Amino acid sequence: MKNNIKKIGTGLVAFIIMILIHSCTALKEYEKSKLNDAEMALGNRTIEKTELSFQSYREGSSGANSGKVGGGCGCN
Amino acid sequence: MKKIVISIWALFGFISSKAQENTNTAPSKKLTFDEANLVSSYYHQDGNNSAVTGGIGSEKLTDLSNTIDVTMVKYDSKQRKNKFNLSVGIDHYTSASSDMIDLKANSSASHADTRIYPSLQWSRENESKGSTIFGGISFSTEFDYQSYGANIGFAQKTANRMGEFTAKFQTYFDQVKLVTPIELRTGNSTGREHENYGTSGRNTFALSLAYSQIINQNFQIEFLTDAVQQTGFLSLPFHRVYFTDGSVHQETLPDKRFKLPLGVRANYFLGDRFIFRTYYRYYTDSWGVRSNTFNIETPVKISPFVSISPFYRYYSQKGTKYFAPYEQHTAFDDYYTSNYDLSTFNSNFYGAGIRLSPKNGLFGIERLNMLEIRYGHYTKSVGMNSDIISLNLRFK
Repeated sequence: MKNNIKKIGTGLVAFIIMILIHSCTALKEYEKSKLNDAEMALGNRTIEKTELSFQSYREGSSGANSGKVGGGCGCN
Repeated sequence: MKKIVISIWALFGFISSKAQENTNTAPSKKLTFDEANLVSSYYHQDGNNSAVTGGIGSEKLTDLSNTIDVTMVKYDSKQRKNKFNLSVGIDHYTSASSDMIDLKANSSASHADTRIYPSLQWSRENESKGSTIFGGISFSTEFDYQSYGANIGFAQKTANRMGEFTAKFQTYFDQVKLVTPIELRTGNSTGREHENYGTSGRNTFALSLAYSQIINQNFQIEFLTDAVQQTGFLSLPFHRVYFTDGSVHQETLPDKRFKLPLGVRANYFLGDRFIFRTYYRYYTDSWGVRSNTFNIETPVKISPFVSISPFYRYYSQKGTKYFAPYEQHTAFDDYYTSNYDLSTFNSNFYGAGIRLSPKNGLFGIERLNMLEIRYGHYTKSVGMNSDIISLNLRFK
């Protein structure tokens, strides 16, 4: 049952993503003013550097956030 | 190791020469200053599950971190945009748990340390083709750990410039100094603090793939994944583990770990004032750690030059099969750790930031075009909590 729910959820997310990507329109440069706003930038913000570093130390997982994926002790 | 790095750079040079051919020529422009960022953070944590003392004991730690990075830009004769980024970071930390390696509180060599980590990054963007290639090197050193890193990659925009695919290959070659807990030092060891420790290697290879897509004028998304393979000495030599019979041992973990995180970001600009920055990640690895991360940040524009950004992050982790608390492991276990960072828990992180970016600069300094302050409070369900305050100054 749990597996079925997981499969349906994954399928639903994939379907929504496909619809979104398929329905996107090409924009002119002047139409990208909001997308070019500094706070709309995809990826981590510069001020988050130390936060991301201690989160990767204090948690067993890391990666998939455009940041560092290894290296450094992380032991303190 | 060196051969691998040289081969990667040779391959990178070849790809660079092929991918960046451009017949347009013009005089190259001078190397010019683009921007500089100064980030300072103060971090403090406390808890009662230190891995150094086998899953019990103080986790009190403070870390003062400063990084500066400078970006310079130069257009070459083929009108390709070359960006050079030099970053230098210095952390100074004091750690109550590391101090217990020698069981002499507030006096041993491991009570405090300084970490220095410079890095150099270069990218070349061919604006007419929508392609970018990049590469970089990094180094990190502290008393018991040295890390050498290198990365190369490329990015290609789609024909209509609405999507971009990025691939990056990263490697880290690390050396861990084998500082064992004082009561476990044997053989040639003198049992003193400043003796000649041996070292052991730890290698990381990571392939990172990302695809970003503009959906409409207000909405963009990004999919990210990393395939990470780590080999070598992956435990920490000074982590104690106490067995059910009360005996003390050194943490022992497998010498291989494969990690697979999958992430998605979605940023949406609602009206003229609200931005929703969201992030979700699923993580799995060969040690049995599974996790889910959800993050939302909502910058609110008070004016075109001032914004306030509350944020919340929820993290939930199923711990590794090799974890057990203090005095729960037995001699039948092949691998064992009492490091609560690898246990089952969930955490909450929340706080807010304020960002000022006036047109004519801050405090009468025209070049200082952005100031941001951010505070966050972090709690873990296993009894650890921390606070962090960060400041970012940007000069243009």
